[in-house]
Amino acid sequence: MLKIDNLQASIEGKQILQGLNLEVKPGEIHAIMGPNGSGKSTLASVLAGREEYEVTGGNVTFEGGDLLELSPEDRARAGVFLAFQYPIEIPGVSTTSFLKTAVNEVRKYRGLEELDAVNFLKLMKEKMKTVEIDQALLSRSLNEGFSGGEKKRNEVFQMSLLEPKLTILDETDSGLDIDALKIVSNGVNAHKNSDNAFIVITHYQRLLDYIVPDFVHVLYKGRIVKSGTKELALELEAKGYDWIKEEVDSLV
Amino acid sequence: MTLKDSIALPQGADQNQQDAWEHFQRLGFPTTKNEEWKFTNVNALLETVFSQSQEHSIQEKDISNASIKGLDAHEIVVINGVLQGVSSSNAGYSISSLSEAILKQPEIVSKHYNKGSKNEAEAFTALSTAIAADGIFLHVTKGHSVVKPIHVKFFFDAQNENAVSFPRNLIVAEENSEVNIIVSYHTIGDHQSLANDVTEIVVGEYARVEHFKLQIDTNNASHIGTTQVSQAANSLFKSHVISLTGKLIRNNTNIELNGERIESHMNGLYMLKGDTHVDNHTIADHKFPNCESHELYIGVLDDKSRGVFNGKIFVRQDAQKTNAFQSNRNLLISDDAKVNTKPQLEIWADDVSCSHGCTTGQLDEEALFYLRARGIGKVKARALLLRAFAGEVIEKIKIEALRTYLEDLIVERLDQN
Repeated sequence: MLKIDNLQASIEGKQILQGLNLEVKPGEIHAIMGPNGSGKSTLASVLAGREEYEVTGGNVTFEGGDLLELSPEDRARAGVFLAFQYPIEIPGVSTTSFLKTAVNEVRKYRGLEELDAVNFLKLMKEKMKTVEIDQALLSRSLNEGFSGGEKKRNEVFQMSLLEPKLTILDETDSGLDIDALKIVSNGVNAHKNSDNAFIVITHYQRLLDYIVPDFVHVLYKGRIVKSGTKELALELEAKGYDWIKEEVDSLV
Repeated sequence: MTLKDSIALPQGADQNQQDAWEHFQRLGFPTTKNEEWKFTNVNALLETVFSQSQEHSIQEKDISNASIKGLDAHEIVVINGVLQGVSSSNAGYSISSLSEAILKQPEIVSKHYNKGSKNEAEAFTALSTAIAADGIFLHVTKGHSVVKPIHVKFFFDAQNENAVSFPRNLIVAEENSEVNIIVSYHTIGDHQSLANDVTEIVVGEYARVEHFKLQIDTNNASHIGTTQVSQAANSLFKSHVISLTGKLIRNNTNIELNGERIESHMNGLYMLKGDTHVDNHTIADHKFPNCESHELYIGVLDDKSRGVFNGKIFVRQDAQKTNAFQSNRNLLISDDAKVNTKPQLEIWADDVSCSHGCTTGQLDEEALFYLRARGIGKVKARALLLRAFAGEVIEKIKIEALRTYLEDLIVERLDQN
C-alpha cells in the first residue's frame, strides 16, 4: 500500500529525514517510536503534504502512484489520513458542515454519490457511537474550546467518516488520560480491517497496549535504525532510548 | 465643471445652510495632510465632473432589481436625491421628504434637524448641510414599534453622465419606539456616482433602533457619508455597515451617548477586491455613567483594495462605570492589499472598563492545511475560512432575509476567487 524509499526531507534548510525506508501492507499496523527530535512528526507531515517541508530525495509510492506529486487534499481524497498531534481550532466553521464538506469532497473523488443532509446525518450518527462523541460537540465551531481529549476523539471520528486506507496517528496518545485513550483506541480498532493500514507514531508504549502493532520501528536521526515486533516497544519502555542512541552513534 | 468648482450655496439658503457654508469655506476640502483624512485622498473625486441634475431615466425594473429577495420591507425609493412617490403616513410612523416635513411637522424638524451635526469640524458634513437639496424624514411616534424594516434605496442615474447628490436625512425615533432602517445605494449605468450624505438619527429614551448601511454598488460608485446618532437614556442603537463593492467610500459613524444606561453597537464588514477603497471612522462618545458600547469591524482585503479604520472612544469625566469595547480585525489575502488601522481611546473617567484591539494578518496557514488534509480543496478551504472570519459580523444581523442575502453575496464572492 505504502512504500517509502530513501526519503529525505528538510525544513528551513535543516535536514530532518535522512534516508527513511518503510513498507506498509494492507491490514498492518506499524508503530514508529523514537526520541524527541528524531523526525517522527516530520514523517507524518511529509506524508500528509505539509508544504513547509521540502522533500530533498527519495520516493513515496501510495497504492502504486507517486504520493509526493499529490496536493494535500488529493492525498486525503486518495485515502491518506493524518490524525493531527495538535488539531487546529477553527472558529466560525461549524464542525458538522466541515465534516459534510470533507466527506463529500472525498466521495466525489472516489466516484461516489455525494450525501445529502439526511444521509450524512445518518452516517454521522452511526459513526458517533464508535468514538462516543457527543452531538453537542459537533454543533460547535470546529475544535473550538474542545478539551485535548475531545480534539483527539474528533480526529478519530473524522477518520471513521472519511474511511481512509492509510491512517497516520501522530502522537494521538499525548495528553490523553486512560479513559480517553481507550475510547480513541476503540475507535481506531473499530475502523481496522484487512484492507486498511495504520502508522502509529508515539513516544510511549502505553498506546500500543490498546492498538497492537504488527511491527515496531525505532526512528533516530531521521532513519529507521531498528525494527521489531511489539516486544521491542516494551523493551524501549523499560530501557529508554539511550541504548539505541549509543548503538547507532557507535557505528558512525 | 468639476465637483470642486460646481459647489455653491443655493439661492434662498436658510440660516442653517449659511452657517454651514461658512464652516465649509473655512475648512475647505480635506487633503491627506488632515489627520482624519490621512489615508483617504478625495482629490480625484473633486476633479471629476458630476451632474447634480434631478432628472433621470431609471426604469421600474432597475428599482425592483434592487430589492432584497424575501425581505418584507416598507420600500422607499430616492432617485438622484429626490424621494419618489408620495409621502406616507402609517399607524405610528411617517415618511416624507425633509422639505415636506419642514412645512408639515416644523416643530419636530426644527427640534432635531442639524442639532448633532459636526459642521464646524467636518467639511463634507458642512457641505451637505449647506447645499443639500432634500432628503428623507422618518418619524416614529412614542411607544410605536414599526414591524417591517424600512428599506431606503438611493438610486443614481449614471447612464449618461456622472451623478452626485447630497441627501440630508433625519430619523427621529421617539421615546420607547422601535424601528429598523436599511439603506442601500444603487448606481444605474457605467458612469460614476457620488453620494455625499448625512443622516441624523435621534434615538429617544428607551427607544430601539437598528441602522443597516449596505454598500454593494458598482465599482464606479463613491460614497462619503456620515451617520450622526444621538441616543437618550436607556436606549439601544445598533449600526451595521457592510461594504462589499465601490470606488471610494468614507463612512463616519458617530454615536453620542447622551444619557445613562445606553447600549450602542457598531458592526462593520468590509470585504473588498479590485481597487476599492473603504475608510471607516467611528466615534463612541460616552458622556454619562453606566453605558456600554460594543464595536466590531472586520476587513477582508483582496487584490489592490485598501481599508482604513479609525475608531475613537471618548469616556468623559462623568461617564463612570462605562463599558466600552472595540475590535478591528483584518485579513490581507493579496500582497497588494493594504489596511491602516488606528484605535483611539481617550478616557477621563477613572472607574471604567475599556478594551480595544486591532489585528492584521494573513489567512491562517495551519487552519488551511488542516482543512486540505481532510480533502477540502484549497479554494474551498480558503472560502470556508474567510466566510467564517466575516461571519462574525454577519451573524449579528437578526433580520433573516437580509442576513441570508448578505451570506449569499459573500459566498458568491468567495467562490469567484
